[in-house]
Amino acid sequence: MLGVYNPARARLKLLLTFGGLAVLAAAIWWGNANLSSYNLRILNLAGINAILAVSMNLIFGFTGLFSLGHAGFMAVGAYTCALLTLPVATKDSIFLLAPLAWPFSVITLPPIAAVVCAGATAGLMAYLTGFPVLRLRGDYLGIATLGFAEIIRVVANNIPSITNGALGLKGIPSFASNLWWTWGCVGITVFVISRLVNSVYGRSLLAVREDEVAAEIMGVNRTYHKTVAYVIGSFFAGVGGALMGSLVTTIDPKTFGFTLTFNILIIVVAGGLGSITGSVLTSVIYTVLLEALRPIEASWRIGPLRVPEIPGLRMVVFSLVLLVIILFYQRGLFGGREFSWDRVLDWIDRRRSRKQGVRA
Amino acid sequence: MKEPKELSVRGLTMRFGGLTAVRDFELELARGELVGLIGPNGAGKTTVFNVVTGVYRPTAGSVSAAGVDITGWRPDRVCRQGIARTFQNIRLMKSLSVLDNVIVGHRLRLKSSLPAAILRTPGYVKEEQSMARECLELLDALGLVRYANAPAGGLPYGEQRRVEVARALATRPRVLLLDEPAAGMNPSESMALCQFIQRVRSDFDLTVLLIEHDMSVVMGICERITVLDHGETIASGEPADIQANQRVIEAYLGVGFKNVAAH
Ligand SMILES: Nc1ncnc2c1ncn2[C@@H]1O[C@H](COP(=O)(O)OP(=O)(O)OP(=O)(O)O)[C@@H](O)[C@H]1O
Ligand SMILES: [Mg+2]
Repeated sequence: MLGVYNPARARLKLLLTFGGLAVLAAAIWWGNANLSSYNLRILNLAGINAILAVSMNLIFGFTGLFSLGHAGFMAVGAYTCALLTLPVATKDSIFLLAPLAWPFSVITLPPIAAVVCAGATAGLMAYLTGFPVLRLRGDYLGIATLGFAEIIRVVANNIPSITNGALGLKGIPSFASNLWWTWGCVGITVFVISRLVNSVYGRSLLAVREDEVAAEIMGVNRTYHKTVAYVIGSFFAGVGGALMGSLVTTIDPKTFGFTLTFNILIIVVAGGLGSITGSVLTSVIYTVLLEALRPIEASWRIGPLRVPEIPGLRMVVFSLVLLVIILFYQRGLFGGREFSWDRVLDWIDRRRSRKQGVRA
Repeated sequence: MKEPKELSVRGLTMRFGGLTAVRDFELELARGELVGLIGPNGAGKTTVFNVVTGVYRPTAGSVSAAGVDITGWRPDRVCRQGIARTFQNIRLMKSLSVLDNVIVGHRLRLKSSLPAAILRTPGYVKEEQSMARECLELLDALGLVRYANAPAGGLPYGEQRRVEVARALATRPRVLLLDEPAAGMNPSESMALCQFIQRVRSDFDLTVLLIEHDMSVVMGICERITVLDHGETIASGEPADIQANQRVIEAYLGVGFKNVAAH
């Protein structure tokens, strides 16, 4: 909401924001030092999912583009980053089908540069494909972007001199197993996307989502705005893919199937279309629950009874949970609302005045 | 040299498949005029608006605004050329606040770049603040400021129509096209609307083209009227002449035009 400016409150909010960031930084520092590598992995994965969910929310939740191409952009980002960070010696040892093409065969970049390149490549890909695809509406857009993601997979399978084909890439440097990396990127993603959607440009994205014809007649260039959302969202999908590759250290074309997009879609819808807060929190809940529920897929005994192992049972549970959420909260857990200090401060003010009212 | 017309439509024909919705339509609006466009259901009135604002590309003919040929331009470019409109079936961004709706209209004058908006540079922040202030002033001028933070979709019907006008005005148009603004209003609301339209026209120095079914509104405030029937222009002139025109009366038979005209 663009509105009237209150300097005292703005200062207080700035202070609270810095305080909050300091607490988070302390938590990350503590976590990196003390958590088991298993727990760290879950938290890193949660962060990566948050990046992916927030970026999909920009495209689908805020701008209303039903795009199912996320896994494709993640693949682009993951391959770009892996090729740029793998040491030359490792590259020589894994490219057995065909020698790696120049310039990847000779360069190794520091992770930061590689992740930026990963995002930029995915963004460029979005820009190029967006030109024809963003003219489509609704379901048609979904099918076209889904097809695009599949094409990326097929291409990855068939250009061994860059992707090493079906063998994939191994031994990717695992910088993303550090909480600073993953959650730092979450911070940047949330910062950029929330600033974007809360700006006047963001109002125009929402306007395009609500009624694209009316928005256009009010002077909003709808192709430009759709492209902005699609490219920025895909940039961060590329970043998320890069981190994912670095976290799991092994990627091949099968890593980036439709299920990946579907998982992110579950998070975005359950958290609330148009709520960044919802996407981040739901990513954490989802990732942690997915691990916590792992035992239900194993075989277990109830007294003399022996239940065989059921792979995929967790996804059944999640589909049911999603159903329940949609039944009870049509607009997701957060229904387009955001966390904001204003909300918290207003709430405290209300409580305080109520208490005083009772005492008087 | 003569000042070019604010809006001029020449030889406009719009066909949808085999159906000719509008044929050889001509219209000229001089600066400051308030002109009515009337006709029975399906006559092609809204189609004229859609072609003028760039929603449809005409089958034949041309549209120009203040001397610039805008035929076939994209709607957002037409809007930048100074033409704004409202819709027959209200098309607000329902879940956005009234203020945000108006800001979307105001948006086309934003100068800051996208990176500046994301980084919230001082220049951008200043622009955003003045934008919000101007939009609030506009809402105040139209008596809507108390709804500024309410979701537009939750307002009473009549107020939504005013918000649509506010949003159109936020683009600072030279020409305002109103598509049946009095639809669904009772006589006293229509009266208030007439005054509203006239006030807006003089306060904002506008040229207005009005589609309306309510004859008391059209006859009361329009200086000239063009009548469409089945896409053909059957009459054009001052309200008194239109009321007396035999073809117009026939076209409206059964709609009770005579009764209205007899008022
Ligand atoms: N996009 C379209 N495709 C096909 N036919 C259309 C389209 N838009 C309008 N028409 C047809 O063109 C004719 C004129 O419609 P238009 O909406 O301009 O009428 P109108 O004068 O505004 O009527 P009303 O008073 O009911 O609003 C109608 O027969 C309508 O069905
Ligand atoms: Mg109409």
